[in-house]
Amino acid sequence: MLLINCPYCGERPELEFVHGGQAHIARPGSPAECSDQQWADYLYRRDNIKGVHAERWRHTHGCGRFFNALRDTTSDQFLATYKIGEQPPVPAQAQPRKATA
Amino acid sequence: MSPTLRTPSGGRINRARTVRFTFDGRELRGFEGDTLASALLANGVHLVGRSFKYHRPRGVLTAGPEEPNALVAIRRDAVRVTPNLRATEVELYEGLTAHSQNRWPSLKLDVGAVNGLLSPFIPAGFYYKTFMWPRRAWKRLYEPRIRAAAGLGRAPEHPDPDSYSNRFAHCDVLVVGGGPAGLAAAHAAAESGARVILCDEQPQLGGSLLCEQDPGAALEDGAWLARTIAGLMAHPRVTVLTRTTAFGYFPHNLLGLEQRLTDHLAQPDPAQPRERQWQVRAREVVLATGAIERPLVFPGNDRPGIMLAGAARSYLNRYGVLAGRRAVLVTVSDEAYRCALDLHRAGTPVAAIIDVRPQVAGELPEAARRAGLPVHTGTTVVGTAGRLRVKSIRIRKLDAHGEPRGAVERIACDLVLMSGGHTPSAHLFSQSRGKLHWNEALQAFLPGESPERARCAGACRGIFSAAAARRDGENAGTLAARDAGLVVGAVIGEPALGPAHGAAASGELPQPAGRPVSKAFVDWQNDVTSRDLLLAAREGFRSIEHIKRYTTTGMATDQGKTSNLNALAIVARQIGKPIPEVGLTTFRMPYTPVTFGGFAGYSRGELFDPVRTTPIHDWAAGKGAVFEDVGLWKRARYFPRPGESMHAAVTRECQAVRAHCGLFDGSTLGKIEVVGKDAVTFMNRLYINGWTSLAVGRCRYGILLRDDGFIYDDGVVARIAEDRFHVTTTTGGAARVLAMMEDYLQTEWPDLSVWLTSTTEQWAVIAVQGPSARQVLEGLVQDVDLSAAALPHMSVAPGRICGVPMRLFRVSFTGELGFEINVPADFGQAVWEAVYEAGRPHGITPYGTEAMHVLRAEKGYIIVGQDTDGTVTPDDAGLAWAVGARKPDFVGKRALERPAMHSPQRKQLVGLLTAEPHVVLEEGAQVVLDARAAPPTRPIGHVTSSYYSATLGRSIALALVRGGRARMGQTLYVPTPRGNLAVQVTSPIFYDPKGSRQNA
Ligand SMILES: [Zn+2]
Repeated sequence: MLLINCPYCGERPELEFVHGGQAHIARPGSPAECSDQQWADYLYRRDNIKGVHAERWRHTHGCGRFFNALRDTTSDQFLATYKIGEQPPVPAQAQPRKATA
Repeated sequence: MSPTLRTPSGGRINRARTVRFTFDGRELRGFEGDTLASALLANGVHLVGRSFKYHRPRGVLTAGPEEPNALVAIRRDAVRVTPNLRATEVELYEGLTAHSQNRWPSLKLDVGAVNGLLSPFIPAGFYYKTFMWPRRAWKRLYEPRIRAAAGLGRAPEHPDPDSYSNRFAHCDVLVVGGGPAGLAAAHAAAESGARVILCDEQPQLGGSLLCEQDPGAALEDGAWLARTIAGLMAHPRVTVLTRTTAFGYFPHNLLGLEQRLTDHLAQPDPAQPRERQWQVRAREVVLATGAIERPLVFPGNDRPGIMLAGAARSYLNRYGVLAGRRAVLVTVSDEAYRCALDLHRAGTPVAAIIDVRPQVAGELPEAARRAGLPVHTGTTVVGTAGRLRVKSIRIRKLDAHGEPRGAVERIACDLVLMSGGHTPSAHLFSQSRGKLHWNEALQAFLPGESPERARCAGACRGIFSAAAARRDGENAGTLAARDAGLVVGAVIGEPALGPAHGAAASGELPQPAGRPVSKAFVDWQNDVTSRDLLLAAREGFRSIEHIKRYTTTGMATDQGKTSNLNALAIVARQIGKPIPEVGLTTFRMPYTPVTFGGFAGYSRGELFDPVRTTPIHDWAAGKGAVFEDVGLWKRARYFPRPGESMHAAVTRECQAVRAHCGLFDGSTLGKIEVVGKDAVTFMNRLYINGWTSLAVGRCRYGILLRDDGFIYDDGVVARIAEDRFHVTTTTGGAARVLAMMEDYLQTEWPDLSVWLTSTTEQWAVIAVQGPSARQVLEGLVQDVDLSAAALPHMSVAPGRICGVPMRLFRVSFTGELGFEINVPADFGQAVWEAVYEAGRPHGITPYGTEAMHVLRAEKGYIIVGQDTDGTVTPDDAGLAWAVGARKPDFVGKRALERPAMHSPQRKQLVGLLTAEPHVVLEEGAQVVLDARAAPPTRPIGHVTSSYYSATLGRSIALALVRGGRARMGQTLYVPTPRGNLAVQVTSPIFYDPKGSRQNA
């Protein structure tokens, strides 16, 4: 179970949250002007990243707010969480620790 | 008890307390402090099981959790039988009853052993290759036979009568392992101010030191062990958990611990839980999980009486048990000589020490030579003999190239001890997604970097000497406390290690070229030999993950704790690649098997799932209602009178609604209050309907799509005020609709001033439906004019009923004149009872969800999720009229404009009438064009709802049919097991198509 740092409430266990898919995919402002292909891309095309992934979470069983997170899909470590509407911060990559250090 | 196998003194057993137990019905005795394995060995019992595939006789191989052979069933009573326990971990208690497994009729005479005679014909992948044809025979013939012949213990047949507990805990530092490294780490962390949890799977702390005759000498500090354990037990910041296995390492430093509370007790308190599962979230983790001795691979290495050298030493020093009367040691490292020296001191003759290395000159080998033990260097093992117990071992000298050349020499013995060095236990570290690095000198993978806040100490990172491990643990504990945010004193640093701090070999011992080696076991539990692995490599398998699945090596319940590295080395050598390039299979939780009861914890019976009941639940239960589960809700399905069938009850309830009046509990309906100055804009953007024109006090049937254009939910929406909507959803959709609303509101339209509140459980909903509904309510309702002119169909009015504030909806899901009374939930049952009393002169009848379904189907009202399936557009469902055509946008609008969404060949909702009026179609049945169609054929649709309608005196069905609306009057067919049934396509509205009844 992940520990997720809600930007409004702080660190909480994963079971209070619902994953909301890839972040920063805005609904087109004028859907009528989209081609079928553009609309299909908006609906269905998502990245499948090995590494740092921007994704949405909702603190459903807490404050109820949506927010965004950067998570490394290879290690499940969160690099940052941030509010809706904010740009993703560019954090220093989390360094894996030597087992012996 | 044979006095010669128990040493006269020593060990950590309580010789003052004899413990009686049985093994396969035989009465035996041991001492308090014994494990089942040590007590059996003390009685001279080595044969404890039969192997999985070949049914070969097997003995105790190890003294710990890595045991692959000695799996037993422990029986407490008729229902408390636990299979597949490792005898090396089972603590002896008075009256313990153990049974061997996987043998018939008895351990010594096992009919299945014929598999062993056939073993040349059971190569790797045998099951895949042989039993492929015919396919049907696999299920009926081969699989049951194979499962009967080759298998582990039998699963219990009764519900588990014991209880299991669980607990969540947080700490600064979690230390896994109570050996020298773990004890030192826990002590150092606690002394630095950290809150510490220390867990160990054994009943006592000490780890490898428990197997030392003199732990003080091993530590180079006589008093340290006792002092440290006592200090930890008394420490206010330290929680010590013994008999507790850390079985899993989950993301963000969450570890699962299984604590066994009663399995070691002769008379457990039935009120006490059997196990407690801990979920520990640790700021920092120190893994001090030790190392596991590696067996050697040589022909006939699996006979009873052949065990790991360290295990024999453990039985001697910890339990005071001599594992045999004449021992031979086979080794590749100096460390194992300790075992021969200890046995020699205890009086067991050591017939030979076979060392594969050409020269041996260490301190321990020299001590062995001085003691007069015959040391054969540059020698390999080419075979063993003995049916139920090893009788002799055959050895052969190696030449300068490491090839067996000399004459075969046979040495009589009843105990063969082997040591291939140690494999650090990196299971938990690897589960943390830590990277492992190959160490050539140790022939082992050692922990490298971890993304988790974890560090390793002691033998699990290749530091094998107790004194060095203790120092390593102290360093790790101090650093863990520091990284957990505590102020720590001086850091002592890592221990300095000499160049030869360990030695090991992996793979197979040298064998004569040209002759196939047989019965050289790599994986004892799954009966995988070196020959199987070589065959897999020759057949072209290259990835160790594939070889594992093909040969099943490492796939047994021990997860290859003793076998993985040898298997890897054999494969690497065969395909000519270095070991790290062949790779390592994945370590998965659990480290050792965990009971299902432990995971279930309290979530059993009534506590398995939450139950949601409505305010009217108790009344319905009192009236004998039969309930059905709808999500977590309990809903009254029908109200049978004594002796009445479901069919009869539903018919009676439906007729009452059509003729008089019915009373229905609609409280589970999802309800969301949408409030704010932008509420109407929000509703316009979200739902397909136009909301601007909806006057205050009126309702509209709303449809919600996803942005892909398909129906997501529906429900009546009432405008309570200019800036306030009372939105209803389906019972199952309440949470997801609110989540979808919040998603759009928070992330797409944060500029809108709107608040969303779930009010599902705030309102009790009492539906009063039928021609007499108005008369029933007239005497109860205050402040609302119930006339059709003042309160027409699809309107809402605030008011009071029985003095209770209410929102009164004039709506109908039955097609009759209908009202839905919404009152605060606390008043639900009182108002319901008042309505019921007032309705009795009018024949009011409570009805359940089953009648509700029939009534709505007669009217062609869809149920989202039953008549729709996530590919249905509003037009497909015949609801195109609801689309607010002039709206520039709403969720789903763009997708509806795709050409495919307008194809006349889409599946559309229609009614179906069977030619035989009393035949009720199966829901989900396919619809085909041709009367003679037989599978395989292409259906053009399927039945979504189907009931017998008492009102119409015949069956009715709703269906989604390709191009359905253009097929009105056509005859189609529904295949059934009894043949294709003819059905006529009709409108989905079977009853009162003009709607005059609901407008009354
Ligand atoms: Zn929150």
